[in-house]
Parts: sequence; C-alpha cells; structure tokens
Amino acid sequence: MVAAMRTSLFITCYNDTLFPETGRAVVRLLERLGVEVEFRPAQTCCGQMHANTGFRGEAFSQAKRFVKLYADAESVVIPSSSCVAMIRDQYPDLINDLGNESLRREFKQLLPRVHELSELLIDKLGVEDVGAYFPHRVTYHASCHGLRALHLGDRPFRLLKNVRGLDLASLDNLDRCCGFGGTFSVKNAEVSSAMLTAKLQDVRSTRAEFCTALDNSCLMHLGGALHREFAAMRTIHMAEILASTEALPAEGLA
Amino acid sequence: MNHPNMNPRTAASFPEAALPVLRNAQLRKNVAHATDVIQGKRNRLVAEKADWIELRDAASALRAHALEHLGEYLEQFEERCTAAGGVVHWAADGDEARGIIVDLLRAENASEVIKIKTMTSAEIQLNPALEQAGIRAIETDLAELILQLGEDEPSHVVVPALHVNRSQVREIFARRMGLEDLQDDPQALTAAARTYLRQKFLSVPTAISGANFLIAETGGVSIVESEGNGRMCLTLPRTLITLAGIEKVVPRFRDLEVMLQVLARSATGERMNPYTSIWTGVTPGDGPQRFHVVLLDNGRSAMLAREKERQTLKCIRCGACMNTCPVYRQTGGHAYGSVYPGPIGAILTPQLMKLEHAQTLPYASSLCGACYDVCPVKINIPEVLIELRAQVTDKERESERRFFDPIYLGMRMANEVFASARRFRAAQRMARIALWPFTGRDGWIHTLPGLGGRWTMTRDLRGLPSETFREWWEKRGKERAR
Repeated sequence: MVAAMRTSLFITCYNDTLFPETGRAVVRLLERLGVEVEFRPAQTCCGQMHANTGFRGEAFSQAKRFVKLYADAESVVIPSSSCVAMIRDQYPDLINDLGNESLRREFKQLLPRVHELSELLIDKLGVEDVGAYFPHRVTYHASCHGLRALHLGDRPFRLLKNVRGLDLASLDNLDRCCGFGGTFSVKNAEVSSAMLTAKLQDVRSTRAEFCTALDNSCLMHLGGALHREFAAMRTIHMAEILASTEALPAEGLA
Repeated sequence: MNHPNMNPRTAASFPEAALPVLRNAQLRKNVAHATDVIQGKRNRLVAEKADWIELRDAASALRAHALEHLGEYLEQFEERCTAAGGVVHWAADGDEARGIIVDLLRAENASEVIKIKTMTSAEIQLNPALEQAGIRAIETDLAELILQLGEDEPSHVVVPALHVNRSQVREIFARRMGLEDLQDDPQALTAAARTYLRQKFLSVPTAISGANFLIAETGGVSIVESEGNGRMCLTLPRTLITLAGIEKVVPRFRDLEVMLQVLARSATGERMNPYTSIWTGVTPGDGPQRFHVVLLDNGRSAMLAREKERQTLKCIRCGACMNTCPVYRQTGGHAYGSVYPGPIGAILTPQLMKLEHAQTLPYASSLCGACYDVCPVKINIPEVLIELRAQVTDKERESERRFFDPIYLGMRMANEVFASARRFRAAQRMARIALWPFTGRDGWIHTLPGLGGRWTMTRDLRGLPSETFREWWEKRGKERAR
C-alpha cells in the first residue's frame, strides 16, 4: 500500500492551456493511489522557453517564481519531462548567477522534492502497477529530456507493461529526437519537419493505435503531423493511459 | 547544385542554407546511409569496451587539464620541438598564419604544395591565399581530393566527402583524371586515386599538415588517418609545415594511450586507426629536413577565458556528434557554412567568429542532447548552445531592428504574462478568442498567420479546449465545497 503523501501539481503553462485532460488524468491517477493532490493557482511557467531561446533574465524571473511558490511544498509533481529537466539542469546556473544566497538555499532544498510523474510513481510511491486498463496497441516515444536529462530508463516501460489490455509496440530509433525543440520548430521549421518525417516513419511502422510519451510537447508535434495526414493513430500522454480504468476509460475514448 | 559557401563571414543563415539540401534527395540519402554505418560501428565498439565510462572520464579530464595549463604546455612543446630541430611559429589569427605559411613556401620556391589532414587550414581560408601567391595546393586525403577535383566542399570533420557516393566519385575521377572507362568499385577508385597521388608525393617537395595532437613532453606531433596518404605527406617531402590550433596539446606521450583509444572508436568505429604517425622535430637523413609548426590562436584564447565555453576546446574532432545528431542527419554539413559542421560546429564556429557571424548556428539544434551522450571528451554541447543563445540574444535585443521581431516581441510579452497568474489567465482567454477564427469544425487549426504559419506548414495544431486545467480545478473545488 502506498504511504500517505501530499503532492503539489505543477501542470506547466502549455498543459494548462492546451492539454487540460493530461492534468485531469494526473489528478485522477494520483488520487486513486491515495495521494493528496493540491494545485497552487499562482503557478505559470518554468521558464524553459525563455531559457532555451536565449532570454536568460526572463528565464530567471520564472525560476525565482517557481522556487518561491513551492518552497514549502512537501513534493512537486510535473507531467512534462522537459520542464523537469529545465529545473534540474538549468535552474542551478541561473540561480547561482542571478539569484541571491537565500534563493540559492531555497532552491537547493526544494530540488530533491521535484519529480517527473513516472519518477514519483516508481521512486517515491513504489508502484509499477497503477491498476490501469487500456485495451489498445501503444508505442512509447522516449522524449529526449526524459531519456538523456532525467535518465528515466525503463520506468515508463515498467508502468506500461503493468497496464491491463495494453499491447506495447517497440519503437525503432527510440533515442532519436522528433524535431520539436520548442522555438526550434518555427525558427528552423523545415529542418524540424524533416526530422519529424523521419521520426514518423518509425512511429507509423509500429502499427500502434496510440503513441504515448511523458511530455506533451513532443506529442503535440507528432500528433499535429499525424492529424494533418489523417493517420490512423493518435497521441496520448501516458498519464491518461495510467488513469484509464475499465469503469472510467481515458477521456475521448468512452 | 550551388557551390556551398563555407566561409562563416559570408555564408547564409542556417535555415536558409538548409533549404537546398533538404530538397536534395541524393545528398540526404548519402548522408543518412553514411551516418548510419559509422554510428553503428561506433556503438558496437563502444559497447564492447567494458571500461568505456572510465576511459571517457579519463579523456575528458586529460583534455580539461591540458586546457587549464595550456600556456605551460605550449611553452614546453615549443622548447622540446625546437630542441629536436623544429621551428615553432605563433600566429594570433588567420592573417598571421597565412602570412607565415606563404613566406615559408616562398623561401622554398614552392609552386605546388601537398596537403593532408588540416581542417585548420580551411578555417583560415589558406588555399585561396596560396593561390594568390601562385602556389597550387593539392589535397592528398582521398576524400579531400574527391572534393577538390569535384569543386565541392567538406561536409564532415572525419569523412569530408560523406555526402558523395561511389558513383559520384567515379564521375568526378573519370572527368578530372581523363579515365572514361573507370568502374565504380572501391578497388578501381582507390587505384585511380593512388596513381594520381603517387606522382604528387614523389614530385612535390613541400607539404602542409594539420595535427591531431601536440605532445608537450617530447615536442612531437601526431596525426592519425586511415589511408597512409598522410604518412606519405609527412615523410617524403623535404619541408613540412604543420598548422595546429593551440588547443591540440596533450601533456605527456603516454596520454596518447587514452586519446587514441577514444578517438578511433568514436570517429570511425575502429579499435585502432590504421595509420598513427608521430614525429619529433627533424631526423638527419630521414624524412623532412625542415620542419615548421604554426600554432594558431584565432579566437581560441578568448574561448579559454570563459568558463562554460572553454570546454569547446576539448574537442578532438572525432565527428561522433555529427553522426548522431538528428539535425545533421537531415542537413549534412554544408548548411552549417563552416568547415566545422554539426553540433560541435554549431558551438565552435560562432565563437571563432566572436559571435559577429554565424549567429544562427547556436539555434540549429533541438537541444536533444544526443551529442553530449556520445562525446568522448564529455563536451556538454547543449549547455554551450544555450549559453551562446543567451549571448546572441543579449546582443541582438539592444538593436532597434529586433524590437518588432516576432520572437523578441513574443518573448517580452510572454515574460509579462508569466509574471502573474491573473495575467496568465487573461492571456489564456484571449488566446482562445484569437485562435477561434482559425479553428476548424473538427476542433483543429490547419493554418495560422505569421510565425504560427511556420508551425502549420507541416503540422496541425489542436484548437484550444474550452476549459483550461485551472478552470476545471476551480470548478471541481467549488462543486466539492457544495
């Protein structure tokens, strides 16, 4: 049985606006596992977009806001691997270079309590079987940040393998980027599209019904192209698969 | 095909330069095939090495140490190389290096010079300077020869003609060497190149080389290669001039044990490269009797002074970052507008240009991190890319022409929006209204104006849902309170 735990959901700016169903699924999943979920309405963005585009001062403002907001949180869960990577890999230098001593201290104390969703489930809650049911063929796209920055390793697969009814299709060239890269997708739209085309060849050849990931930004990219070409596949965040049960299937599938 | 411009001062921006390549199916096929083959070999040979992580740590530490004490090791190299009969020259920039080399060749009355393994010479645009001085440069590395005869440019640091396939090589050789019946099997092609080059090796008395490593302890220089053409260039001429970036130095002879292992496995997927040449000064009666080393700075000491960027100089030019890079795999090397392409080029070239040119290169990456994973000396390329983006932005945002640039404008506005949850909510509502006219009956957006059109040119975008997450959360809270 899962130990009683409280977690604060940092939904991220783009999930909040574009993919609220992912947030609802995280809440449903964690509450089902006995976790008390809170949501701090003052939250906005982690600053990744600004940092990766070169707007360091702005990124720092967002970083500072995040640290202040969650300084007293028991734990923070984020259903977006690239935002977690931003906090782990880029906050240290931003806060060191631009922050004061007290912010540095607050950040240092907060950092170990910030978790990506699959990390929270496996490392903190110790569950691999979340009691989900999803009778579909699914392939998993390992987002670059999840794979190489967070080193999620086999965590996502352990979670998916325990979903009843799920037929897991392995994806070739799992470690290759889909070409999203934030503002890269518009600054270098043609190259980004060529990368996407290459990725989709592998994704389509799985003959899966769903392509899932722990990051909606890659899925927005892959899903946007799949929709454009009327492909018989759609994208779905892994939280929605894990939240899905026989009684309550994922939204839009009932 | 247009001749690729490899001068970062005048080359087109990366997105522009990538366009013709993306439309060149043959080139992309060649690049995809070659990078697949090399990367596959590299992965197998790294996997078989049980102590790869330790080896990589050692290589990284070794390069970092050499850079931290670069001044001492360079002076030591100069002293030992001079004692062994070499002459060491110091060049602050490309101008000085070109001047030194042209003067040395003039003193030899050279009308031709053979070249091997020197990307640094392309960095300083040496060949045009030689031509102006009436000296014909002949590339002797097989790939470089193909490119020189084909009037093409290198697209990879280890496999410069990676974008050219066998039948294209046949065509170039047949045309330029007058061999109409030439076949396109590797034996026939190498035999043609051998016949052509042997003549040059035996008749041209002056050579220019690059360097893989300068050995401080002995004053020796090392070059690794696959063909043996380098060995010919390094041993047959009377006079040898080596051009090397100042970062190439390693402290001790025994450091090559580590460096050669990581280099061969990372570069070509071999346990050891076929030809490893190491020479120290001059040996009477054996090999070149006059030996010069030109040590080139050209922006390197400025890089050395900066903490995050310094790691760029650890690079040993193995090219593994290119083979694995999903951007390079689509575009090949020419789009980078520099002799240094791929992820390492995207951080090296803008720094060599002091960020006055090549400003789009730090953005030529999705920051996927594959390059950092394979780098045998652990250069955190994404970290440097982001640092350079920040420097480009800091510089550009002051200029008036950027004020209404959609990205700069958008980033400033987004910052105001993210500063308060109230503003963020208002922006979410406004976005819903603004995007409504573009949203189709299926709830998806198929076309957007302006910058958004760069997205919708190949991808749809799901329309904004009628309720944000935070609105749902509030509603749920209220229902529960009831």
